[in-house]
Amino acid sequence: MARSNDPIWWSLFSAGGVVAAFFMPVTILLTVIIVPAGWLPAEDLRQLAGHPLTRLYLFVLISLPMFHWAHRFRYVAVDLGFKRISSILPIVCYGTALVVTLLALFYLATF
Amino acid sequence: MSDNTTGTKTKEYIRPMPANWWMMKKTFVLFIVRELTCVFVGGYALFLLVLVARRDQPEAFAAWLNSPLLIVLQIIALPMLLYHSITWINLTPKVMVVWRGEERVSPLLIAGANYVAWAIISIVILSISCP
Repeated sequence: MARSNDPIWWSLFSAGGVVAAFFMPVTILLTVIIVPAGWLPAEDLRQLAGHPLTRLYLFVLISLPMFHWAHRFRYVAVDLGFKRISSILPIVCYGTALVVTLLALFYLATF
Repeated sequence: MSDNTTGTKTKEYIRPMPANWWMMKKTFVLFIVRELTCVFVGGYALFLLVLVARRDQPEAFAAWLNSPLLIVLQIIALPMLLYHSITWINLTPKVMVVWRGEERVSPLLIAGANYVAWAIISIVILSISCP
């Protein structure tokens, strides 16, 4: 059987799918309704974002869903007819997820 | 004729697939919509990344949250994120088959437990962030 890295990508896709499914709707509720409507001052959310546990939460919520996007997008793009770029799609998609993960680490690990 | 069956170069037949194949059937459309939710999942992650990058600047942080364009984009993303959650949870009984002795635990119970967990997680996070 041919060796492939697919199990790694699939695991990250799956983990990102779980994280996005359970945590993204409530988070977007905060950023699109609760704060803009004035029920929670943006400054309070900013203070909360400095807490170490919130940083961990945000890191997980940024990094894993990006790998979820990368894996799903590279396949759905081909399904929708982008066959000519199918060879570069994995590098572009997983590469973007990796860069975003490093950026999130950079912003969230500095005090 | 018979000596032609081996050693002949044949061209593989690739059935043409129109780009709009997924519009032919409702289940195909729903499949593509489900797969495209990933664009909103990734997009919202990028939104959070920029928000996090502005954590040291109170004004820029608030401006990012109050931008009308970003609010509109998030309002579009919200139903797509919910569609991702619902389709993802509905698939859990297919991925996780649980047996209690000889009896298979009802798929409805497994999905139901996930919906309850989703609700509890959401309430906990809301109560932590809005005291």
